[in-house]
Amino acid sequence: MSQQPKSKQKRAVALISGGLDSLLAAKLMLDQGIHVEGINFYTGFCVEGHTHAIRKKDKAKPKRNNALWSAEQLGIKLHIIDIIDEYKDVLINPKHGYGANMNPCLDCKIFMVSKAKQWMEENGFDFIITGEVMGQRPMSQRKDLLPVVVRESGADDRLLRPLCAKNLAATLPEREGWVNREDLKDFSGRNRKPQMALAAEYKFEDYATPAGGCCFLTDENYSKKLVDLWQARNKKDYELDDIMLLKVGRHLRPQPHYKLIVSREDGENKFLKGYKKQFSTIEIKSHNGPLTLVDGKLSDEEFRFASRIAARFSQGRDAESVTIKVTRQNGEELSFDISPMPVSEIKQEWYI
Amino acid sequence: MSHYTLDARNSLCPMPVIKTQNKIAELLVGDTVEVTCTDPGALNDIPAWCRINGHSIKESYENGDEVVIVIQVEN
Ligand code: SF4
Repeated sequence: MSQQPKSKQKRAVALISGGLDSLLAAKLMLDQGIHVEGINFYTGFCVEGHTHAIRKKDKAKPKRNNALWSAEQLGIKLHIIDIIDEYKDVLINPKHGYGANMNPCLDCKIFMVSKAKQWMEENGFDFIITGEVMGQRPMSQRKDLLPVVVRESGADDRLLRPLCAKNLAATLPEREGWVNREDLKDFSGRNRKPQMALAAEYKFEDYATPAGGCCFLTDENYSKKLVDLWQARNKKDYELDDIMLLKVGRHLRPQPHYKLIVSREDGENKFLKGYKKQFSTIEIKSHNGPLTLVDGKLSDEEFRFASRIAARFSQGRDAESVTIKVTRQNGEELSFDISPMPVSEIKQEWYI
Repeated sequence: MSHYTLDARNSLCPMPVIKTQNKIAELLVGDTVEVTCTDPGALNDIPAWCRINGHSIKESYENGDEVVIVIQVEN
């Protein structure tokens, strides 16, 4: 472990995702006496945070933000940066296309590294590090694509990947002797054993092991809902509220011009209540039941039909009749009794 | 030394953390800020962010469906 004198100490900004690789990459740099600060970008789609824990059943699980947890393990500062608006263009028009679902991983990486470069320059840092491992992920970490990130982000040779640096050409920090290349790693491929062994060496336990990717865009169901939203609106666009709501409740589209978001339990009910002013709602008055948000303009007749679907998910599902209150977005209220729709009439293709 | 309030209700983590971080960036050492959130996750995340960045928590409690955290700016 080589401690550099403070005056000469080089400063690296580390992209911290909350996963093991970025944790290890930053730790390798700290071990070389580099001053490291973390940066974490919030796109609105990140699995980090607690948006996945809106449902009450998840509340028993300890909640933690893994990026903050990583920074705490490392003893470094973490800057969380909201890139929700700027990220829209990355997702809507990815130059390099999408992965298996709606994940624009390569464009996303390029964008994040370019933002990190901007941050590095504004804050007087010397280089950027990421936890990328060559060949680990099909889209963003393919060997032939790592140079694309370097080039298109503009980071050039100030982008160092400590976990696979030995497989790549020497970067500026290595050539200038700011870091010792010999102490960097040569990990490659999908085998995670070397990372796990290094984690054990550092005594990192209880680190996050997200399946798939770091965001909801790698999730097939989530991606379907996003595509449905764009199709229904006839344009590829979204606000933060739209993408939050895609994570919550059952989504059914009985007709092309409207969608129902039916809460699945108390936690979701509470969350959806926060949107009562932005949507028309259906509430079950005679029984315990879900709050349903209605995205679209409905006639009275259509509200009755939609209410029969919503009632299906209430405790009055087997009752002959349930009492419904509809509140239109303009505040106008309707109240009526209907019979819940039998499960056999709820078409599978309505589910998004 | 001044006292500020920050309304981070109806936003989900990490937005309350980001709002807190951005607010603290505008404040002076010794100032305090009282953050109100509705995401219970903030009760863990905001103190974690403060520990990492060297600020101290004066008080934190749940108030019905809300979470209140009082932070003192230390650097
Ligand atoms: S999984 Fe999501 S956040 Fe991660 S690189 Fe791909 S698009 Fe970006």
